[in-house]
Amino acid sequence: MTVTSTASTAPSSGAEPNGSRPRRPRISKRSVPYLLLAPALFFELLVHIVPMLGGLWMSFLRLNQFFLREWMSAPFTGLQNYRFALDFHGAAGVELFQSFAVTIAFAVITVGVSWVMGLAAALFLQRSFPGRTLLRGLFLVPYALPIYTSVMIWKFMLDRSDGMVNATLSDLGLGGERFWLLGNNAFLSLTVTAIWRLWPFAFLALMAGLQSIPTDIYDAAAVDGAGLWQQIRTITVPMLQPVSQVLILVLFLWTFNDFNVPYLLFDQAVPSSANLISIHIYQNSFLTWNFGLGSAMSTLLLLFLLVITAGYLMLTSRRSRNA
Amino acid sequence: MREPRWFQWVRGVGLCLLTLFTVIPLYVMVTTSVKPLSDVQDTFQWLPSVLTLEPYVDMWSTVRLADYFVNSAVVSLGAAAFSVLIALFAAYAISRYRFRGRDAFRFTVLSTQMFPGILFLLPLYLIYATVGQATGIVLQGSHIGLIITYLTFSLPFSIWMLVSYFDSIPVDLDEAAYIDGAGPVQTLWRVVIPAAKPGIAAVSIYAFMTAWGETLFASIMTDSDSTTLAIGLRDYSTQSTVYWNEVMSASLVVSIPVVLGFLALQRYLVQGLTAGAVK
Repeated sequence: MTVTSTASTAPSSGAEPNGSRPRRPRISKRSVPYLLLAPALFFELLVHIVPMLGGLWMSFLRLNQFFLREWMSAPFTGLQNYRFALDFHGAAGVELFQSFAVTIAFAVITVGVSWVMGLAAALFLQRSFPGRTLLRGLFLVPYALPIYTSVMIWKFMLDRSDGMVNATLSDLGLGGERFWLLGNNAFLSLTVTAIWRLWPFAFLALMAGLQSIPTDIYDAAAVDGAGLWQQIRTITVPMLQPVSQVLILVLFLWTFNDFNVPYLLFDQAVPSSANLISIHIYQNSFLTWNFGLGSAMSTLLLLFLLVITAGYLMLTSRRSRNA
Repeated sequence: MREPRWFQWVRGVGLCLLTLFTVIPLYVMVTTSVKPLSDVQDTFQWLPSVLTLEPYVDMWSTVRLADYFVNSAVVSLGAAAFSVLIALFAAYAISRYRFRGRDAFRFTVLSTQMFPGILFLLPLYLIYATVGQATGIVLQGSHIGLIITYLTFSLPFSIWMLVSYFDSIPVDLDEAAYIDGAGPVQTLWRVVIPAAKPGIAAVSIYAFMTAWGETLFASIMTDSDSTTLAIGLRDYSTQSTVYWNEVMSASLVVSIPVVLGFLALQRYLVQGLTAGAVK
């Protein structure tokens, strides 16, 4: 590199060759990371943070169809919406509580079953055998399908008195035509559909976790006389704890907030046994046009999820430190 | 690990059950897509009465499938491209610089994953409407509005994945580029990105899939000109009939690109996931 320290004041007339000293950057070095982050920050603010704060604000307004056009001038009502949503003597409060209970049951069952299935499949496919890669790819297909196509398939199978599920049941002599998308059966249909498309994600994550466990630990345990079941219980599951911790949290948040599966499976008429909280809020906001109440319910939902997440992380982190 | 007899049995039975559970709906999808309409209106049969490719022809005229396809493609490609580009810059900043607010940024972005979509659906809708009134930029019901919305959905995961990829690329390479006079953006472009190609490919397919499958925001934020596949496929059910065979043929055509892309790149997704989890 040519040293051009004397050229500081001389106007560079473009005669400098390519390898010359780089021009001093006009922006200070300290602002570089902020500039790089700026686009991400801008869009996160626009789509997530500002609307979230807006939603919080709206939950204190009497925002119904009469004020929607001029939503900024809707009257302030304080905690009225919250009082209404949490009034367990009124119809709205009871419905919210039922929807909440259904959502908890749905999330716990879906996450639990998905985790067990994912772990089982990951353990079964740990050792290589012919067809292993094929099965691995096959198990991932439901997760890769767009949500609406996988739900459509299940809707077709469950729909109608002579659909695939009912026809198969009667062929097997377990007869009786049931309505799988109505009444209490709807909960089972919803859960099975959700598990079908979610468990491959648990499988994928746990498979990755298994690969990071060194094999000599198993050898050492085998020398000590530990059986396979013991090895799974005392080595595999505890060693997977960091992966499981994140996985279970993510799965829980996804299923708890799930909107797509019930929305696509039941169209407009979601039976109360499958009325997940997102659907409940959606219907309260967009069908009855009471956005103040809908926002209050959404805020309560967010608060609940914050508490659950914080509690879960504290609990699981402490346990892993003690272990 | 030596495997006892019982485990081999459990594995055989377990894998059979999991395979059946996975395959049966897929089988129903594929076979239904080659059935005539009369078959799907009758009692369910495992085999088509006649094999026909008619659903694959008719599905384009029963609903405006081609329009929906184009809308979904524009929105998903746009969202994926911008999401990856923005994530590249952000991930580079987080991976290579130590600055104030770094942890706060990471935490905030990740925590937006937790927000229930329903919480910011309506405020966002109103913001888009207000921006439209104030500036004339139509965000509501337009491709650009959906692109902006969807790109943020994949952003947190993309940033997280790319940070763990970038962290595995030695900083010496960057420093060599700096000595040669490259700025941060050039370094990112010429040194880091070529070394992180698999990660970028994986993140791209993830961002594409996220946009391709989104339903909740599409149900509110599209109009008849911008309807995406997620909403458009419901048009196959009319008052009198549901064209189930065409639903399945359309679903199959719509799924193939994402499924193939995902299967081809899932290895790299796993690498990113493990790299992120180990730290």
